[in-house]
Amino acid sequence: MKKSGLAGVVLLGLWLGLGLGQSAQAADPIKIGVLGPMAFTQGEGHWNGATMAAEEINSAGGITVGKEKRPLELVKVDTNEFLSIPDATNATEMAVSRHKVDFMVGGFRTEAVLVMQDIAMDAKKIFIGCGAAHPELCTRVTKDYDRYKYWFRLTPINSTYLGKVDFILLGTVGAIMKKTLGLEKLKVAIIAEKAAWADPIVAAAEKMLPEQMGMEVVGTWRPSPVAKDCTAELAAIQRAGAHIVFTTFSSSVGLTFAKQWGELKVPAAAVGINVEAQKSGFWAATGGKGEYTLTVNTYGRVKITDKTIPFYDKYIKEFKEAPNYTAGTYDALYLLKDAIERAGTIKSDKVVAEMEKTDALGAAGREVFDKSHDITWGPKFVTAVGTQWQDGKIECVWPFNWEGVTYEGSKPYKLPPWVAEHWKK
Amino acid sequence: MLLDIVIDGLIKGSVYALLAIGFSLVLGVARIINIAHTALFMTAAYLIYMGSKILGLPLILAMAGAVALTVLLGLVVYRLFIQPIQEHEAAVLIATIAVAMMLQEVFLMSFGGHYLGVPPLIDGYLEVMGVKVTYQHLLALGLALVMLLGVRQFLTGTRLGLALRSTAQDREVANLMGMDVNRVAMATVAVSVGLAAMTGAIVVPLITVEPTMWMHPLIMMLAIVVLGGLGSIEGSFIGAYLLGFAESLVVFLLPMGSFLKDSVALSIMILVLLIRPEGLFGVSFEEER
Repeated sequence: MKKSGLAGVVLLGLWLGLGLGQSAQAADPIKIGVLGPMAFTQGEGHWNGATMAAEEINSAGGITVGKEKRPLELVKVDTNEFLSIPDATNATEMAVSRHKVDFMVGGFRTEAVLVMQDIAMDAKKIFIGCGAAHPELCTRVTKDYDRYKYWFRLTPINSTYLGKVDFILLGTVGAIMKKTLGLEKLKVAIIAEKAAWADPIVAAAEKMLPEQMGMEVVGTWRPSPVAKDCTAELAAIQRAGAHIVFTTFSSSVGLTFAKQWGELKVPAAAVGINVEAQKSGFWAATGGKGEYTLTVNTYGRVKITDKTIPFYDKYIKEFKEAPNYTAGTYDALYLLKDAIERAGTIKSDKVVAEMEKTDALGAAGREVFDKSHDITWGPKFVTAVGTQWQDGKIECVWPFNWEGVTYEGSKPYKLPPWVAEHWKK
Repeated sequence: MLLDIVIDGLIKGSVYALLAIGFSLVLGVARIINIAHTALFMTAAYLIYMGSKILGLPLILAMAGAVALTVLLGLVVYRLFIQPIQEHEAAVLIATIAVAMMLQEVFLMSFGGHYLGVPPLIDGYLEVMGVKVTYQHLLALGLALVMLLGVRQFLTGTRLGLALRSTAQDREVANLMGMDVNRVAMATVAVSVGLAAMTGAIVVPLITVEPTMWMHPLIMMLAIVVLGGLGSIEGSFIGAYLLGFAESLVVFLLPMGSFLKDSVALSIMILVLLIRPEGLFGVSFEEER
C-alpha cells in the first residue's frame, strides 16, 4: 500500500511536472520592448497604448504562433530621448542584449530614433515606430531594403503627409476667414521649432503658400524647441500683420506659444501642428488661454473606424487623458499579432513578409504600409484629423467634407473671437 | 520695430535681473557659487503649482507658502551641503550642482516630465504704443526694480546688511570683532534663496513648469553675472538688460535664427570677457561693495 502510495505520488509529481512543463512551454511569452521617454507624456502614451493592447490580447488567450498560444510580455524601456540621445542608444542596446526582446515598438525624437533604428536593424528585430515623423526613417528602407526591412512606421503619418494635412487645415481656415471676414489676400506667419522633422514642412510652406495657395508669407520664425518665452516672436508676428500663424511644434515651446498667444490675444488664427495641444493637460497648463488652437492630430472622439471611439473612451477611462499619437503602440501590437499569426512564427523575416501585407482597420484608420514601410495616407486610408480646443474640450474639426470624408461626431471650426473682431471689415 | 525691441528687451531683462540679483548677492557677500539657485527657483514654482492646483489654496497664499518653504529648504541645503565645505569653492560648486540635479530628479519622479502651468496674478494685458505687454510681465519689471533698490538699501542701510558686507570683506576680522560669521552667511543664503523664490512666484505664471526649467535660466544667469562682473549686484542688473535686449534684437532682426538668441547672448558675454575679463562693472562695483 505504501509502495503503491509512493508510486502514486511520484506519478502525480511526474504528471504535474510534465503538465506544468507543457503549460510553461505554452505560456512562453513573446517579449515586446516598448521604447519611449517614460517620464514624459510621449513615453506614457507608448506604454499606455501597449499595455491596453497587451491586456486585451492576453485576456483573449494570447497570440497563436503555429499550434500554440503565447502571451505578450511588455518590457518598459525608458529611452529618456528628450534629455539625452546617448541614453536612448544605451536603452535600446539593453533591450536587445539584456532583455532579449523579440519585437520593438515606440520611439519619439527622430534624432534618437535614427540611432535606435540602426541598433534594431543590426539585431534584425522588427521595430514599429510610433512617434518619429521624419521621412528619412522610411527612405532608408527603400535605399537599403535588406538592412532596414525590419522597420515600419505606424504613427504619426510622416512629416511630408503631416505637411499636407497642415496645408489643408491652413487652406480650410483661410477659406473660412475669407468668407466670414471678407479678406482678399491672406498673410501668413510661419513659426516652427528648430528641429530636423520641422525643416521639410517649413521649406514646403515657404514655397507652397505663395505659389499654390495664393497666400503671402510675412516671415518665418524658428524658436528653440524648449524656448520659455515667445512674446518677441508674437509681437513680431502681430507687427507683420499676419492673419494666420502657421505652427509646427512638437515640444514644450508649443505650450509656451499657445499660452502667450491666447493671453496677448494676437489677432492671427493659430493653425498647424502643436503636439502639446493634443494632450488633455493642455487646457490646465495654458489656464484655458490655448482655446481655439487648431492642431493636426491622430485621434479624436469621432468614428474614424468602429474601433476609434471604444479605444478613445477606454483610454480616457484608464489613464484619465486623451490618447496622443504615441499611443499608436495599441494598433502596433494588433498589427504584429495578425502578422505573427499569419506567419505562424516569430522569426523576423517571415513576420516582415506578413507585415507588408497588412490591411487592417485600427483605431487610427485603415492601416496599410507602402513600399518604404511607411503608413499610407489618404482619404481611404489613415487621414489624421484636425482637432481644436473648444470650451475646454478637444473637438475634431477636420476632415469636414474633405474628399467625401466627414467622420461622425466632427464639429465645425471656430475662429477665435478676437481674431474675427480685429479683422472684421 | 524699435519700440517692440525696447519693450520686449526690458521685459526679458527684468525676468533675468530678478534671478541674477539673488545669485549675485550670495556670490558677492558669502562667496558661494550656488548653482542650485535656479533649482530653488524651480522648487518655488512647483510648490506654487502644488499649493494652488493640488491643494486648491488661493494663489497668493500658495506663493507666500512656497517662498517660506523654499527659504527653509535653502537653509537646510546650506547647513547640510555647503557650510561644511564652504572654504573650498570648487567643492561648493560641485555640491550645488549635485543639489540641483537631485531636485530635478525629485520633481521628475514626482510629477513626470509633464508641462504644468499656473494662472497669472493679474490677468490681461496693456497696450503700450501698439505693443501688447501682459500685466504679469509688467509686474516682473516693477519687482526687478523694487528688488534692486531693496537689496541696495538692505546692504547699506541696515545692521545686518553692514554685517554681511564686513564679513564679505574679511571673514576673520569680522569674527574677531564679535560677529557670528556663520549666522551672517545663513542670513545671506536666506535672503538670496528668498529672492529666488520670489522670482519663482512672479515668473511662474509666465513660463512652463517642468523638471528641466532650471537649466536655461542658470546658463543665462551665469552669463549675466560674468558679464556684469562677478558678485556685482548692479553689474548683474545691467548685464541682465543687455542680454534681454540682445535676445530681442535677434528675434526681430533675424526671425529664421530666433533659436540662436541664447547663443548670441552668450557670444556677447565671451566678447566682453575677451576685452574686459573682470566683466563690465567688475572693478568699480567691487570697490563699492
